[in-house]
Amino acid sequence: MNPYELTIAEATKQLAAGSLSSRELTQSCLERIEAVDIKVKAFLVVNAEQALLQADEADKILACGEAKPLCGIPLSLKDLLCTKGVVTTCGSRMLENFIPPYDATVVEKLKGQGAVLLGKVAMDEFAMGSTSESCAFRVPENPWKLGFVSGGSSGGSAASVAALECPASLGSDTGGSIRQPASLCGIVGMKPTYGLVSRYGLVAFASSLDQIGPLTRDVTDCALMMNAISGYDAKDSTSVRQETPDFTASIIEGVQGMRVGVPREYFGEGLDPEVKAVVTHGIEVLRDAGAEIVEVSLPRTDYCVAVYYLIATAEASSNLARYDGVSYGFRDQEVHSLMEMYKETRSHGFGAEVKRRILIGTYALSAGYYDAYYKKASQVRTLILNDFNRAFEQCDVLISPVVPTPAWKIGEKADNPLAMYLSDVLTISANLAGIPGISVPGGFSRDGLPIGIQLQGAHFREDSLFKVAYNLERGLKLLPQRPGIT
Amino acid sequence: MKITKEEVEKVAHLARLHLSAEELETMTTQLDTILSYVAKLDELDTTGVQAMTHAFSESNAFREDKVTDSLAREDALANGPCQNGEAFVVPRVI
Repeated sequence: MNPYELTIAEATKQLAAGSLSSRELTQSCLERIEAVDIKVKAFLVVNAEQALLQADEADKILACGEAKPLCGIPLSLKDLLCTKGVVTTCGSRMLENFIPPYDATVVEKLKGQGAVLLGKVAMDEFAMGSTSESCAFRVPENPWKLGFVSGGSSGGSAASVAALECPASLGSDTGGSIRQPASLCGIVGMKPTYGLVSRYGLVAFASSLDQIGPLTRDVTDCALMMNAISGYDAKDSTSVRQETPDFTASIIEGVQGMRVGVPREYFGEGLDPEVKAVVTHGIEVLRDAGAEIVEVSLPRTDYCVAVYYLIATAEASSNLARYDGVSYGFRDQEVHSLMEMYKETRSHGFGAEVKRRILIGTYALSAGYYDAYYKKASQVRTLILNDFNRAFEQCDVLISPVVPTPAWKIGEKADNPLAMYLSDVLTISANLAGIPGISVPGGFSRDGLPIGIQLQGAHFREDSLFKVAYNLERGLKLLPQRPGIT
Repeated sequence: MKITKEEVEKVAHLARLHLSAEELETMTTQLDTILSYVAKLDELDTTGVQAMTHAFSESNAFREDKVTDSLAREDALANGPCQNGEAFVVPRVI
């Protein structure tokens, strides 16, 4: 087996035993990137030299026998996590040359573990999109079927992990941007409870919804990554002051006594029969493993997309006001006045999807419309949260599809923003309610495209998610999955 | 029609965006479709429902008022598209 095929847990064992060095592992991942990224197009930047130096450092620490869990493990980072001295573009012309003067808290934590940072991966511009097609630089392709989308907005993260270019990546999830690409690429992706992982140094899209999380090849690795990145951070005012549990403690066999809820609204019209079959099989696997299956209702599901596209755009219009050409980022130089500088800079620096969302958000917040749109959406958001709270009185986790269909062809939905928004219907409610969700590989379509299964839990109940996810993974016996790309 | 071309132009100005004639046309059509869709929220009665601002009740986050290192001016200016070593330079305002 090539080192690049190893999961984090497998590599860690070999690194600790001395049968593999971090340099060998890192070299192996770099060679894999060299071989397949020309097709997958996940990476925007590969820092080979720096990665090998970090690997050598990790090997020194490993030799002393005092290594932290991610020591020597090569990872990729979505290009909206600030990396000191390394360009962070957010997939936008606006930040094409932006070199952050500091590390995001999660990056600092990974470096503190001795992880090896291979480079930055592609994403939708400012994380706005479901296919990574709005990336200003390159569009990642699905490693299972080139020419098909890898999902978004963390498409590069998912593609890099699925293509075996690295064992794990960090992405961000504002409306499904970790879980959806994980599902379309056949890997595991988690959106943690809002406030569990610090957002400091994450380029902001919609601050009340954004959350950083891991994309990995299996559930155990996901728990290992969560252990490394969770925790209180004074630099993020929404960071939650509480002890971080050991998430790997939930990686145990058996789900006897656990109640798994099936929200009937998630299985309605528009759900691809192949996706439905995969999730139904997942439910049976959990029933066989001893879980109690209960039907529940989330009656406002049908309103989630509308609420999301008002709240997310309103917050985005405010967050993206900072790109004015003054202190960093792109500036249009062909101007004569300050107002002209603002307008030309923003008009040339932002792509169409970003402009569209800024316009919707500005409209929703503007005088005369605030009550009808933003306030109304925030009230319905309360109702959506109430629905979840009621559901979690009847069950420990919810099981559902992640995306209504398997991956589609690049370009297929690019001209129809509303159709694209509607494909997010099953993931955005978790962000609105602030609850955690995880996507676990569930099976494949007849065309060989991966289909994921989503589990959602109550606030801070990642432990339940990991336990059920692990047992689902075991019961489905899909591991290890390898796309044919070489 | 939920939104007219004139309104989109006004909103674009508020958002400090300059739209070409073609962009204005497309954006007006797309915004109209999206705003017509979100109008479905009117079906729900939200009288007396509190607007949600955060996922769960967090009180204000205070930290100790302690002096810590901050970004050096040189580093803060380093990404400036136009700067003179002391400040960011912009087109004449007054």
